Amino acid sequence: MKILVPVKRVVDYNVKIRVKADGTGVELANIKMSMNPFDEIAVEEALRLKEAGKATEVIAVSIGPVKTDETIRTALAMGADRGIWVKTEEAGIEPLAVAKILKAIVAEEAPGLVILGKQAIDDDCNQTGQMLAALLGWAQATFASKVALGDGTVEVTREIDGGLQTLSLDLPAVLTTDLRLNEPRYASLPNIMKAKKKPITERGAAEWGVDLTPRLQVLATTEPTGRTAGIKVSSAAELVGHLKTAGVL
Amino acid sequence: MAATLLLAEHDDASLNPVTARALTAALALGAPVHVLVVGAGCAAAAEAAAKLDGVAEVLVADAPSYAHRLAEPVSALLVALAGDYGAVIAPSTAFGKSVLPRFAALIDVMQVSDVIAVISPDTFDRPIYAGNAIQRVRATDATKVLSIRTASFAPAGEGGAAPIRAVALAETAAPARFLGEEVAHSARPELTAARAIVSGGRAVGSAENFHALIEPLADSLSAAVGASRAAVDAGYAPNDWQVGQTGKVVAPELYVAVGISGAIQHLAGMKDSKVIVAINKDEDAPIFQVADYGLVGDLFQIVPELTAEIAKAKA
Ligand SMILES: Cc1cc2nc3c(=O)[nH]c(=O)nc-3n(C[C@H](O)[C@H](O)[C@H](O)COP(=O)(O)OP(=O)(O)OC[C@H]3O[C@@H](n4cnc5c(N)ncnc54)[C@H](O)[C@@H]3O)c2cc1C
Ligand SMILES: Nc1ncnc2c1ncn2[C@@H]1O[C@H](COP(=O)(O)O)[C@@H](O)[C@H]1O
Repeated sequence: MKILVPVKRVVDYNVKIRVKADGTGVELANIKMSMNPFDEIAVEEALRLKEAGKATEVIAVSIGPVKTDETIRTALAMGADRGIWVKTEEAGIEPLAVAKILKAIVAEEAPGLVILGKQAIDDDCNQTGQMLAALLGWAQATFASKVALGDGTVEVTREIDGGLQTLSLDLPAVLTTDLRLNEPRYASLPNIMKAKKKPITERGAAEWGVDLTPRLQVLATTEPTGRTAGIKVSSAAELVGHLKTAGVL
Repeated sequence: MAATLLLAEHDDASLNPVTARALTAALALGAPVHVLVVGAGCAAAAEAAAKLDGVAEVLVADAPSYAHRLAEPVSALLVALAGDYGAVIAPSTAFGKSVLPRFAALIDVMQVSDVIAVISPDTFDRPIYAGNAIQRVRATDATKVLSIRTASFAPAGEGGAAPIRAVALAETAAPARFLGEEVAHSARPELTAARAIVSGGRAVGSAENFHALIEPLADSLSAAVGASRAAVDAGYAPNDWQVGQTGKVVAPELYVAVGISGAIQHLAGMKDSKVIVAINKDEDAPIFQVADYGLVGDLFQIVPELTAEIAKAKA
């Protein structure tokens, strides 16, 4: 069984982003980019399934402009077998269009599982996996914190608002990862070297006739209304006094 | 103007308070609002929804196939109903997040996730980059599909008496089956509904310390208990207590952060709280940049003192 893992190139989670003064977006020039943290978890899960003999091949796919192949290369260095780069003019392709491209790739590759991150930490949309499952007519399990692959089915424990829920899905299926699914590995130096020789196929969205025109027009991007630091108090008693005055006790 | 359909968050027996908040966002679109209650044995939740102020009608889809509200059957039901509506919206809960994009793709609509403000019926504000930027977007699809960050909207009041109507059930394949659930039942208020929250971080050190220190402080304030990701990952607190970019987003009257450094991912979940208190031994901890009141010191000393002072003040 093949596993397809969509990985997104995003601003590294440690970077404090800056909003452009003219409201046209966030500053992306010369900023450290990384694989979306949830997608590292997705790659890790796929690799573990392969290492357990339950999957035969792990394919990393990413949709984005120049340098997106670096992110695919990271997945290959972790251990994925090959990559697919759907090259676009611009970054920030919307989840619906990404899901349509992924559906076309699924039709070609016929994976038994697609494992995505639950959310990209740049657009924070939390949509792509659910949309892909819809377009394929497959079962979905979002926010996975445990995955047990059976014969023709997969048992998934999900993080829900009040606790945990376990589902059994028919395969093929779409999963999205939550933070506690696993601890992703670091790529070792030999594996980074090996990854340089692994194949990355370049494709274009037009091949499948997917329209990338955004459905959401971004009118402005602004700083959130900030909070200013308040005061330091020196004792619990003093704090309680302030809380009383503030009317929150 | 075509009506708005609001997907209710509930557990069959009762309506989750986030529904009343999402209703405020739904009403801001300016069209009549119908609330859809989907479940198995969900009459009580439907009756509660009918009491919310401003609801024009409650639709109920009550059948065993909707037990646990799995994404596959619920999104199919939404597709069957969507034709009559100009907008379909849901609170950004685990349920809403799972179902709504699946439905949106089925009707070829790009969803607007985590709406924090309704500017006009087609224009919305939403946070990106863990809330470090706010995007204003115009949704060009004919049907608007919106998930609502409920912490940003006040709850609608009660006092309504909307009619309740059963809707035809949608047929779907069932490629997913419910096996089980571990849901904690606590006497404390729920995080997303609480007026006050006390959250503990890595520095709390153990699950025992959460019981011994954080919970009594929370009880003194009738507060819910939250946690940072570090505390959850370390096993000090259950996953559904996590506040932040990837946990719950809250905006209570009072948020007390104990031994939490204030990483952007944590701030993303609580920085809209009305009053923020931080207790941290590092005076340069980033949490102090958003705190109204900061106490620099050892939480193991300060928290019991604070619990006692609050008890005294309330006596
Ligand atoms: C993709 C992604 C998503 C994430 N999502 C979330 C999220 O949703 N929520 C979240 O919280 N985090 C999230 N994180 C993690 C986040 O980056 C931080 O690692 C985490 O919030 C740190 O938790 P903490 O503040 O408890 O721990 P630490 O950063 O270790 O801070 C502990 C603090 O306790 C103080 N301290 C130590 N001892 C004492 C004492 N005795 N008394 C008082 N103070 C003391 C220290 O000075 C320090 O400031 C995410 C990370 C990633 C990569
Ligand atoms: N451009 C992209 N290329 C590859 N995968 C993507 C892309 N956009 C989104 N994804 C996948 O979809 C997940 C959820 O993204 P989102 O719906 O944007 O929050 C990510 O964690 C990725 O696994």
